[in-house]
Amino acid sequence: MRLEASTAPAAVVSDSAPTRFRDPQIEMAHGAGGKASRKLVEGLFAPLLFGAAPGPLGDAAHVDLNGTTVAITTDSFVVKPLSFPGGSIGELAVNGTVNDLAVSGAKAEALVVSYVLEAGLPTPILEAEVRAMAKAARDAGVRIPAGDTKVVEHGKADQMYITTTGIGRLLRGVNVDPRSVRVGDRILLSGPIGDHGITILLARGELDLEADLRSDTRSVLPLVETLIHAAGPGIRWMRDPTRGGAATSLNELARDCGLGMVLFEDQIPVRDTVRGACELLGLDPLHIANEGQFLAVVSPEYADVAINALCLAPGGSEAQVIGEVREQPAGAVLVTTLYGGSRIVDMLVGDPLPRIC
Amino acid sequence: MCLAIPGRIVEIASENQDSALVDVVGVRRRIDLGLLHDDKPAPGDWVLIHVGFAMSKISEQDAADQMSTLRMLGEIDGAMQEVQGYGLEDVN
Amino acid sequence: MRFVDEFREPELISKTAEEIRRLAGTQRHYRMMEVCGGHTHAIYRFGLKDILPENIELIHGPGCPVCVLPMGRIDDGLAIAQQPDVIFAAFGDMMRVPGTQGSPLEHKARGMDVRIVYSPSDALKLARLNPEKHVMFFAIGFETTAPSTALTMMRAKAEGIRNFSVFCNHVTIIPAIRAILDSPDMRLDAFIGPGHVSTVIGCRPYEWIAQNESKPIVVSGFEPLDMLQSIVMLLRQLRAGEAKVENQYKRVVPWEGNRAALKAMAEVFQLRPYFEWRGLGFISQSALRINDKYAEFDAEQRFEVPGIRVTDPKAAQCGEVLKGVLKPHQCKLFGRECTPEHPVGALMVSSEGSCAAYHNYEHRKAAMVSLGSIA
Repeated sequence: MRLEASTAPAAVVSDSAPTRFRDPQIEMAHGAGGKASRKLVEGLFAPLLFGAAPGPLGDAAHVDLNGTTVAITTDSFVVKPLSFPGGSIGELAVNGTVNDLAVSGAKAEALVVSYVLEAGLPTPILEAEVRAMAKAARDAGVRIPAGDTKVVEHGKADQMYITTTGIGRLLRGVNVDPRSVRVGDRILLSGPIGDHGITILLARGELDLEADLRSDTRSVLPLVETLIHAAGPGIRWMRDPTRGGAATSLNELARDCGLGMVLFEDQIPVRDTVRGACELLGLDPLHIANEGQFLAVVSPEYADVAINALCLAPGGSEAQVIGEVREQPAGAVLVTTLYGGSRIVDMLVGDPLPRIC
Repeated sequence: MCLAIPGRIVEIASENQDSALVDVVGVRRRIDLGLLHDDKPAPGDWVLIHVGFAMSKISEQDAADQMSTLRMLGEIDGAMQEVQGYGLEDVN
Repeated sequence: MRFVDEFREPELISKTAEEIRRLAGTQRHYRMMEVCGGHTHAIYRFGLKDILPENIELIHGPGCPVCVLPMGRIDDGLAIAQQPDVIFAAFGDMMRVPGTQGSPLEHKARGMDVRIVYSPSDALKLARLNPEKHVMFFAIGFETTAPSTALTMMRAKAEGIRNFSVFCNHVTIIPAIRAILDSPDMRLDAFIGPGHVSTVIGCRPYEWIAQNESKPIVVSGFEPLDMLQSIVMLLRQLRAGEAKVENQYKRVVPWEGNRAALKAMAEVFQLRPYFEWRGLGFISQSALRINDKYAEFDAEQRFEVPGIRVTDPKAAQCGEVLKGVLKPHQCKLFGRECTPEHPVGALMVSSEGSCAAYHNYEHRKAAMVSLGSIA
């Protein structure tokens, strides 16, 4: 769960704080990043851990340490299979946390890592992942100075679970806050969506589909820095759309700012193969996880320079303006077509499931 | 019951004539041709795929005909309106 | 995507919508039912209601095989899977449908071996790969899907596979349409016919709708241009006072249907004397069961099934919504006790169920329209 209270000061929470989470047991849906996850965070974790009024939940928390503000975030990586075209759990573990810090307006300085390993895990697999993490950390310019390991019984950890906690300095020139979003702001997307989630789905082998597709896992920090440099004062909000997809991130923003996110379907970048897989399985690319993209809401005055800068930067050539903020539908996301049709895109309850009907 | 997608037959398995590899914009899957015994498709043909089975061959001719009909919609309308303007007949 | 993108061309869609507005005029109110859940989904996905004139009302029909499945049948399927060493395999559509003790996914969270499959042949493959387990495939769907289930069982028999069975919930479309037309509060002008079911059964089975009930029916494809063209064809018939069966989906639907598919169905299935449809009650000769020749693959014969009838809460008005008599938001439970997260009736669970579709797509747009600001 990477939604954390975005404002200091540290809250002292009493033991008797009321909770609003009523589900009798935890289901897979609670970890899928959609509505069920949000209910768990807002209903159980937030009241007990974050205090009375934590404000909108962001990707990272900004904590004041004697006058210096640092950004801190944590994320767990639970993926099957461990290794897939385009990457593996080790890279996800580094890039995911670097990205959470980046979209909160911070540059990751150091990560600490915690491994939960399943007894019986072959050492070469572990070594491969640790190498992948080391390389990803070097590529992202981040140190990994400390870590922890626990081993659990065979059958209890799907080979390995990795948690990384990242700490970073705030980047100058940007202030990310959903409450600053205004009608007329533009919604930008750094590149094609759906690559990671569909790659994983195919790599699991249950659906017997093959495609030439790779996970998009990468650090988005360079692109975020490019964006800040070109359009810093105009940036209202950023997020990396991981589990739950772009639809979930934009729905969260819509709820947090009370405005409507209107997307133009023909402008949303999706690779043909991802589109084909989604059509075949009855999935919507907007609900599929990404590990190397980010969304940004930018004021209209800065939108053009922002998108131009992204398109010219390495890895940003497929960036697009995909929509704009309007008053309606308040608190929701609407996708429109060139011929005048439109549909609301909500957060899913749990993971997207293939359908045949 | 209704999600069915057009795909192109890439190759028919040599050891099993009922099994074919089909391509949907770069996504590939083995599908079963057992329901098309009476009208076996060949590589390059397009079929409608539902739950991993080919349901029907897609007729490119019929698809093209449909597109022409649709494109003519506005034209017939335009022509009709002109004729109506002459007051010659009630075309509705 | 070929054979898809051409039928989503924005300019042509606008042009066809214009023709619909011209034909529909302003004097008459047209009520058209799309029978198939896939069409319901397409209407919402492509936002077709936004471009149709106000006097064309699309009524959602009962063609959602997940929606019409009584809860008791889900319980039965899950009961079989509770047995040791049984793998429960089903399409993704079934995974969140609630039984009285929870959905298949919830059972999976509690330790049941539940697998999502894309094809019945994938379920058979699971059986081959897991010889020490039994794979039970929970089969749903109309005539579009039944032939694939049938062929899979034929393959299993030919291979001598012993650890595979099918829990058969296939239903047939014609009795459902008949039930709609027999319903006293029903007022429909025309039907948008189920395109993919028709690839199997052809267009002849609908002739009685035109001849005996005097309602036009156009067998339609699923892309926006397909559905809009079908509406054009229906309007032309209605304006001319005609009632006939037409095939809009010619590129894929043969008038005579698919003989090989019908043969496979006849080889493996026979009609149940009656079957309960959630919301519609018992309908005779409306569902398929596995015949004696394939009894070894019939999960209901190989396992003990509780067979307990579970009725929907009285307050749930699934039946009336299914028949198009009520709009989803007119059901007392809609949006309150019954939401996609906590569905009471199955129309809220399946993404093509009228209530889920309405809740997810229409609900908020209705709020926008009333504020005078649709996108």
